[in-house]
Amino acid sequence: MKARIIITPKKAVVDPQGKAVQNALLQMGYKGISAVHVGKYLEIELNGIDRETARQQIDEACRRFLSNPVIEDYHLEILD
Amino acid sequence: MNVGVVQFPGSNCDQDVVHVLRNVFGVSARYIWHKSSKLGPVDAVVLPGGFSYGDYLRTGAIARFSPVMSAVQQFAENGGLVLGICNGFQILCEAGLLPGALVRNRSLQFRCEYVFLKTLNRNTPFTLKVPPDQLLRIPIAHGEGCYFADEAILAQLQAENRILWQYCDVNGNPTEAANPNGSLLNIAGICNARGNVAALMPHPERACEPILGSTDGKFIFASILAFLTERVALSTPKPEIFAGAKDHSNTTPAKNLEFGGKGF
Repeated sequence: MKARIIITPKKAVVDPQGKAVQNALLQMGYKGISAVHVGKYLEIELNGIDRETARQQIDEACRRFLSNPVIEDYHLEILD
Repeated sequence: MNVGVVQFPGSNCDQDVVHVLRNVFGVSARYIWHKSSKLGPVDAVVLPGGFSYGDYLRTGAIARFSPVMSAVQQFAENGGLVLGICNGFQILCEAGLLPGALVRNRSLQFRCEYVFLKTLNRNTPFTLKVPPDQLLRIPIAHGEGCYFADEAILAQLQAENRILWQYCDVNGNPTEAANPNGSLLNIAGICNARGNVAALMPHPERACEPILGSTDGKFIFASILAFLTERVALSTPKPEIFAGAKDHSNTTPAKNLEFGGKGF
């Protein structure tokens, strides 16, 4: 079992990295790019626990540690 | 007087802080290893600058769960003075001891330069020795010092006079040009509601000796030491009992000469 977590900066937080990447893409000639958000991707391998426990546990870890709710949002998926 | 300076793996301003306390101010300072679950007899704690845990995940995110942080939290809850500098500020925000967060500088650049700071509230243990109307010229050195908090928190910080220092120009105006990292409201440093936990991104420990180009950082350490000395003078000494971190109004100082006299 695997947990996949995507962490992105909250919309209200200025994301200078996203802005810099967006500018570079536009400079390279790519069209139609209206915004870029740079976040983080985490993969956590799990075994020996059931899916629901895994979800609850990792969800809690996302809130307490893996993301900072002041500045970030997260999306969690549990995969077999 | 004992000041504890916490060392995390990756702290790199710990020795500077200890040097200033011992050699500039002549007070006892000692290191507290991050794995220690006790602070020992200390009157104040400094979380120094650096790159704890390589800034992995987020600045301060891993350090915040070091064993020593439970003791720091407890010390703060009991009214003990805690000062965070740079990475120490980031750790205190991650730990929830201070509101908000420090994010990537808006310029994306690591900024290493002198800034001017305006002290907005001189009625705190961290600012009481800052002369009125004097700007502090202190260096910064950070890549992630852009202070962010939502509007409600910012309004609360303002209403409660908890913004201690703001980046400003040479005339004391908090302009956008004088803001090195994009911090909201030009915030360089704040304190908690109780006023016993404060932090700033600039490095006062790098501005305490003329040879370094500025001695303005001394005002911040002098404030802490003056506050503690006054507290020591006001309270009834009970050297045999350590109670270094009780409420401001009723405090027994940590007069532990075991640490005080040896000069580590």
